[in-house]
Order: sequence, then C-alpha cells, then structure tokens
Amino acid sequence: MATTGVVTGAAPGWRPDAVTLVRAAIIAAVLILWQLLAISGLLYQDVVPPLQAIAVALIRLLGSGDFYANLWASLYETAVALVVGGGAALFVGIVLGGSRFLGRAFEPYLYYLGPTPKIIFFPIMIMWFGVGPGSKMAMGALSCFFPVALSVAVGMRAIPPILIRVGQSFRASQAQMVTKVYLPAMREPVVNGFRLGFGIALIGVLLAETKLSNQGLGFLVIQNYQRFDMPAMYALIIVIFALSMLANAGISRLTAPRSRRGGAH
Amino acid sequence: MRAFDRFAPAALGLGGFILFLVAVEILVRVGVINGYIVPLPSAVLVALGRVVAEEGVLPRFLLTAGESLAAGLLVAGIGIPTGILLFRFNLLRRATENWVAAFAAAPIVLVYPLFLVIFGRSSWTIIAIGTIAGLPPVVLKTLEGFSGVRPVLIRVGESFNLTGWQQFRTILFPAAVPTIFAGLRLGLIFAMINVVGVEFLINFGGLGPLINELSERYDMPGTYAAICFVVLVSVLFFLAVERVERWLRPAS
Repeated sequence: MATTGVVTGAAPGWRPDAVTLVRAAIIAAVLILWQLLAISGLLYQDVVPPLQAIAVALIRLLGSGDFYANLWASLYETAVALVVGGGAALFVGIVLGGSRFLGRAFEPYLYYLGPTPKIIFFPIMIMWFGVGPGSKMAMGALSCFFPVALSVAVGMRAIPPILIRVGQSFRASQAQMVTKVYLPAMREPVVNGFRLGFGIALIGVLLAETKLSNQGLGFLVIQNYQRFDMPAMYALIIVIFALSMLANAGISRLTAPRSRRGGAH
Repeated sequence: MRAFDRFAPAALGLGGFILFLVAVEILVRVGVINGYIVPLPSAVLVALGRVVAEEGVLPRFLLTAGESLAAGLLVAGIGIPTGILLFRFNLLRRATENWVAAFAAAPIVLVYPLFLVIFGRSSWTIIAIGTIAGLPPVVLKTLEGFSGVRPVLIRVGESFNLTGWQQFRTILFPAAVPTIFAGLRLGLIFAMINVVGVEFLINFGGLGPLINELSERYDMPGTYAAICFVVLVSVLFFLAVERVERWLRPAS
C-alpha cells in the first residue's frame, strides 16, 4: 500500500534531506548546461551569455538608480490597478454572490469574458486614458477585475447561512454586514482572489509597458531587447520573476494562519 | 414558475447588456461621451461585417487557430509526460512540484523579447510563448489526476496480477483522464490567450495584428469590432473545450 510522506520540522544540526539535494542537483545541472552552451557557441553566442556576464548585469542592475525608478513606476501602476480593479471586483463579487438571481444573470459574462486576452484592449485604453501611466493602470485594473470578482462571488456563496442570520438578527446595516460578516467570513477567497489578481494585474501593466511606454520594468525589458543587451535582459527577467514570486508568497501568508488553525481540528 | 426561474436570469443578463449598449448609443449621440474615442455601438455592429468581409478575417483566424493548435499539441506532448514522470518519481515530484506551481504564477509572457531574439518575428516566437504559458496547469493536473486514482481501483488491478504497463494503460490512465483534460483545458486557454496577446504585441500573425492595424488607421468602429470579434472567438473556444471536458468527465 502506498504510504504518505510526512513532513517533519528540521532536526537540530541540520543536514540536507534528499529533496534539497535533488533541488541543488537540478539547479547545478541547469547552470552547468547553460555555461557549457554559452562557451561552446552552439547557439547564437549573445543569446546564451555566460553566467558571469548575467551575474555582472544583475549586480549592475540592482545598483542602478534607474532600475529603482522604473520598479517604482511599475509597482505604483500595479498597486493603483489592484485598488481600482480589485475594489470594483469586490463590490461586484459581493452583489453577484449575495443574490442568486443576479449571480445567474451576470456571472456567466464574467466567467466567459475572464479567460480572454486582455492586452488586446490596450488600444482602447490608450484612447481613453492616454499614453501615460493611466492606460497601464487601466490595463492592470481590467486584467485583475475578473479573477477577483469571480473569487469573491464564490466566497460570498460559501459563507455559512448562520453567520448571515446572526448579522440580520442584530439588525446590522448593509455596510455593517459587509465589514463585520461578509468580509471576515470570506477572508480566504478574497485574499486568494487578490493574490491571483495581483499577478494578472502585474502582467497586464508590464505587457502594456512593453507595447508603449517610457517608464516601468516592461519598458526596460523592451529597451534591453532593442539594444540587444541580453545579459541585462536576463538579469531583469530574473528580478521580475523573483519579485512576482515574493509578492505572491507574501500575499499567500495572509491566509496561512487561518488555514493552519482550520487544519488543526 | 420553473420556466421563469430558468429563463428570467438569462433574460435579465441579456437585457442588461442590450440596455447598456442602447445607453452608450444615446450618450454618444447626445455628446455626453466623446464619439471620437467611443464609437456608436451601431457603427461597431456595421463595422463587424466590414472587418469580416474586408480584412481577411478567415485566413487570420486560421493562422491564430493553427498557432494555438501547435502550442496546444506541444503543451499536451510535453506537459502530460512531464506530469507522469513526476508521478512515477516521488522524490523528483517533491523537489519540483512547488517550482512548477510558482512558474504558473510568474509573468511568463514577459520573456517574449527573448524568443524574439531566438526565433525572430515569426510564428515560432508566438508558439513558444503559448507553449510555455500552457505547460504548468497540464503538468500539475496530470500529477493530480494520477495521484487521485482511488486505491480500490489499483488494488483491483493488483488482484488481477496486472503488469506495471497494464496497470497504467487499463486503470491509472483512464481514471486520470478527466483531471488531465481539466488541466489540458486550462493549458489550451492559457496558450490561446498568450498566442493572441503576443501576436498583438509583436504585430505578427493572425487576429492580434488586426487590432493593431485598425487602431493605427484610427478606424475606431473597426478597432472595437475587431476586439469584439477576438473576444467572441475566445469565448467560443472556451465553450468548446469546456463542452469536450464535460463530455469526457463521467457523470457524478
């Protein structure tokens, strides 16, 4: 019979376990393969630059003020997009999730429009909000609206009816119901929706920046491409991936304590 | 009463949408909304016919569909065997499953300039991005599908003294197919979204550049009509794969 692996805490006098060793081996193999490919020149030499060139570019990137200015621009645009798009989605999600009738009327539109490529709306966003940061924020807001709204609507429907009846028995107003009952009860789906929404808003903003912008990390990526500065482009992509994963992990931690308590039954 | 319950929400949804379009039409006509940036919905409807007739939509659609299909085949061809590999080797799975999940959340499409350098402004760049974007859900769902096979089915196979390959072919794989297809559906949708997105970004290929070309001509009704067309195609594609998935999933 198959047995389930048990995850145990690190013992005193830590020694790497098999999983860590396999991970280290995979990373080492990829790096060695990359370096061999770079030295051999089998691929176009500049497309696969040697690791030391990427490391130098990474250090240079992290030490440049220009990078932080562009990072700030992208983060600011993403944050505004998340607040605007996520805020609207929260409202729509609560309304649709709170009414079975309205949910059945309008949720299919969200469900089917959600998985469409949002970047194609960029020409419209430029017309509406100009070529500056406004159109990037709008792209991010549009991108994150759908996953957040659907997640909130699903979370709203999963609230135990007894909590809603308790709120009603206290004659709570709509605003009190939202802040004291709905939002605390669906904290996990809301945070998960925003986690998903953050990633999608970031993609929307960065892609819009690659298309038409003079600031932001997306602009830097496309600038490096136009200069054919491959080490700098790799360094930038590594930083963007690391940042998005860090932000994702950070938002995930918001739901973690409750999950652990739930799992301790 | 039952018919009312069934059709009233759909009627409200459709009615609300039509009402919204009528309101926009009126607001543009009376000048509350600038007609230069928001064309009349009626003009967009007329432009939809013009775009389909004059802009070579069919060959464009076939090109995008071909790129999406190629990316989808690669996603299935790489993703399913990778998922099986991770299922077979538990240590490898424990070492890499979180990486695959993290990869799914990363802004993969942003590496398109890298593929532009490698493949140039060609369909290969578009297919490569579509493939990479579609892989993580297929790998994760394949793994989930095989891990979720009920132990009783495996014990039945063992009681018949099936070999490893027979166990895989007659029990594990058929039992995992519905979950694998759920992953494949997600993978195909991700691939299609990225194919159209990258087509738009690099201005090459089928439906994506159509929007670029019309907006550069400042043909606003045409641009809106082309966007509506692409959205419609995406929704139809989504509906089609969803239907196939339902057909494959056994009735519960």
